[in-house]
Amino acid sequence: MYEFKYHRPTTVRQAAGLLARQEEAKLLAGGHTLIPTMKLRLAGPKHIIDMSKIEGLSGIEAGARSVTIGAMTRHNDVATSPAVQEAIPALASLASQIGDPAVRHVGTIGGSIANNDPNADYPAACLGLGAIIITNKRRIAADEFFKGLFETSLEPDEIITKVQFPKVNKAAYIKFHNPASRYALVGVFVSKRGSEIRVAVTGAGGNGVFRVNSFEEALKKRFGPKSLEGMTIPADGMGSDIHGSAEYRAHLVGVLARRAVAAAVA
Amino acid sequence: MSAVAMTVNGKPVTGDVDPRTLLVQFLREHLRLTGTHVGCDTSQCGACVVHVNGKAVKSCTVFAWQLEGADVLTIEGLAEPNGPLHPMQEAFRENHGLQCGYCTPGMIMSAIDIVNRKGNELDEKTIRHELEGNICRCTGYHNIVKAIAAGAKTMGGGGSAGQQAAE
Repeated sequence: MYEFKYHRPTTVRQAAGLLARQEEAKLLAGGHTLIPTMKLRLAGPKHIIDMSKIEGLSGIEAGARSVTIGAMTRHNDVATSPAVQEAIPALASLASQIGDPAVRHVGTIGGSIANNDPNADYPAACLGLGAIIITNKRRIAADEFFKGLFETSLEPDEIITKVQFPKVNKAAYIKFHNPASRYALVGVFVSKRGSEIRVAVTGAGGNGVFRVNSFEEALKKRFGPKSLEGMTIPADGMGSDIHGSAEYRAHLVGVLARRAVAAAVA
Repeated sequence: MSAVAMTVNGKPVTGDVDPRTLLVQFLREHLRLTGTHVGCDTSQCGACVVHVNGKAVKSCTVFAWQLEGADVLTIEGLAEPNGPLHPMQEAFRENHGLQCGYCTPGMIMSAIDIVNRKGNELDEKTIRHELEGNICRCTGYHNIVKAIAAGAKTMGGGGSAGQQAAE
C-alpha cells in the first residue's frame, strides 16, 4: 500500500475543507472498497479522510412518505431496521444481500453510492425507487446522479450526508450473485408508485446502473410478470467479462425483471 | 507513525504504527496474536474475522488506527489459557470441523457472531447462508456446519456437542 496521511474530522464542513485543500484525498466510509483497492495498489490516495467521527451521519428516519438513511449507516443496520422493513421491505432485502455478514457490519450506503461500482446493489435501489441523494451542497435526484462507471455527479468537495427513499406501493429486488465475490452479476430493482414505474438494472450495464424504458412502458399497462413475457433487451452496451458475456447478462436482465415483478406483486 | 489505543481480549493495548497497518497486521505482528489469519488479498475468505465492539469484522479490511477506543476480541480471547474451550471451539473439536485449521479461527469467530444475531437454534440452511463470507478449501463445509449447529445449541445451554456428532 502506498503511504498516506489520515485525518479524522469531526464535522462535514471540516471534511469538505480537507477534500478541497488536499491533493489526492479520499473519503473513508466503510472502507470495504477503498482499502482492498489500496492493498492492490490500484489506488494511492495521499490523504484519507475518515468519516466515522462525524456525528449525525448515521441513522434511519421513517416519515409519512419516505425513509431517510444517513450516509454512514451500515448495511446490516438498514437490513435489520424495523422501520425500513416496514416502509420499504425491498430496500431492507437489498441491503441484506450486499457482500457477507462481516462486510455488512462495516460497509455504508454513502460509500456505496458515491463509489458507483457497476456491480454494486444500492445504485439499483436509488434508481429503482427514485431516491434523492442529499449532500452538503445539494439535493440530487437519482436520475441525475449516476453518470457512468465509478462516476457520479458529485463535485470534488461534495459529500453525501443522507439518502431519501420515497415509499412505494410495490417493490422488489432480485439479484444474481457472483458465487465468489457476492457482487451482482445482474440485479434488478422494480417499483410501482401510483402510475410511476421504475425498472433499474445493476451489474449488467457496461456503463453502470440504468433503467429499462421498454420494460417500464410494458409494466405501465399492467404491473405483472406477464407484461414482460418474451421481452428482452439488446446485448449492446452490456458488460462482458470472465463472469458472463454481454448476451448472458442481457438475457438475465429479462429473467430477473420478470422474477422481480412477480415478487413485487406476490 | 500513528499512535493507537484499544482494548484487545479485555486488556488495554497501545501501539505506534505506520498508518498503513491493517488491524490484522497489528494483531499478528505487534501483539503476536497469530490466531487471526491472512488468507486472501480480496476481503473474501474470512480467515481474518475478529469481533470489533461485538460484531464480526474482517480485520484485513480496516486500519489499526480506525480502532481507536474499540473493543476487539480475537480467537485467543475466547478461552483462558489452560482453561476450558469456548463451547463453539469445543463443538469444532467434537465434530471434526477442521482439517488444516487455516480458516478455523475465522469460522469460529463468524459462528459466534451468527449465534449473537440469529440465536441458538440454527438450521443448516441458515448456517450455510451466513457463512457466505468464510471460505474453506479442505472440508467441504459439512462438518463446519454440524459444528456450528452444535456449538450454537451448547451456547444456549442446551444439547451437547458430543451428541450432535453421533447423529
